[in-house]
Amino acid sequence: MNNIYAKHLCQYKDLGLISYEEAYRIQQEAWNDVIKTRGHKLFFCEHDPVFTLGKLAKDEHFLLSQESIQKKGIKVLRIDRGGEVTFHGPGQIVAYPIFDLNVLGKDLKAYIRKLEQVAIDFLQHFDIVASSVEGKTGAWVGNRKIASIGIGVKKWVSYHGIGINVNTDLNFFKMVRPCGLDVEMISLQALLGASVDLKDAKTKLLKSFARHFELKFA
Amino acid sequence: MTEVKVPDLGEEIKKVTIASWLCKSGDHVKSGDDLVELVTDKASFAIDAPASGVIHKILLKEGSEASIGDVLALIQ
Repeated sequence: MNNIYAKHLCQYKDLGLISYEEAYRIQQEAWNDVIKTRGHKLFFCEHDPVFTLGKLAKDEHFLLSQESIQKKGIKVLRIDRGGEVTFHGPGQIVAYPIFDLNVLGKDLKAYIRKLEQVAIDFLQHFDIVASSVEGKTGAWVGNRKIASIGIGVKKWVSYHGIGINVNTDLNFFKMVRPCGLDVEMISLQALLGASVDLKDAKTKLLKSFARHFELKFA
Repeated sequence: MTEVKVPDLGEEIKKVTIASWLCKSGDHVKSGDDLVELVTDKASFAIDAPASGVIHKILLKEGSEASIGDVLALIQ
């Protein structure tokens, strides 16, 4: 995992299946730690089913009423990241980098591009060719979206991050216009025709983070 | 008077939207307190107070666009 050329020490933790709210609390704690002690932290997790609305989300991005979605036992939360509406649920790996961009580069778009490259690199481990698309943030396989990005930055330390559909049940996305777009979402499982071992997938994703952000893990 | 400006957010970003003010005119703020949240596409970015003092004036409303370097508020 670690390579001798890596420059930046990073603490990594797999939070497992965790509620959105609890993961958000952990991110805020980690953000405070990074502000005090510098360094970088990276969390991977899966969430219980939840729709989150970023700063640019609009009611018309929902194709079902929010009440009927909540009646199905799925939470709907308005949150403080950029972007529109997205879904998180079991089988989707969510990565929350709490990175000190004072060190890694004070450039929001460059940071987002690197997250896209992490997802593209991760998918190459499974022989899936994904790409970024000008004007449409995320990682795409053809015209189908496999990874979504929404970030928050305070004092040049990041929070929120990227969700990659590994074994995600794609039916959930049919309740919304993901990212405000008429876009078809896809998962690694759907592309491969078989479910993916999440533990193995997380190891591969960690390697992709290490490579693109020059990280070594504590 | 200290100006609160939209900082340089990187090469490709020229415009931002004021998402929400976290303070109002007359508030006492400490250096480092979050004052305003900006959004640009997939990122939200909080600007913190460059100095302690009282918010003298807020110059741009929520929902309006601003360019890099624009003054958003004045701290006295």
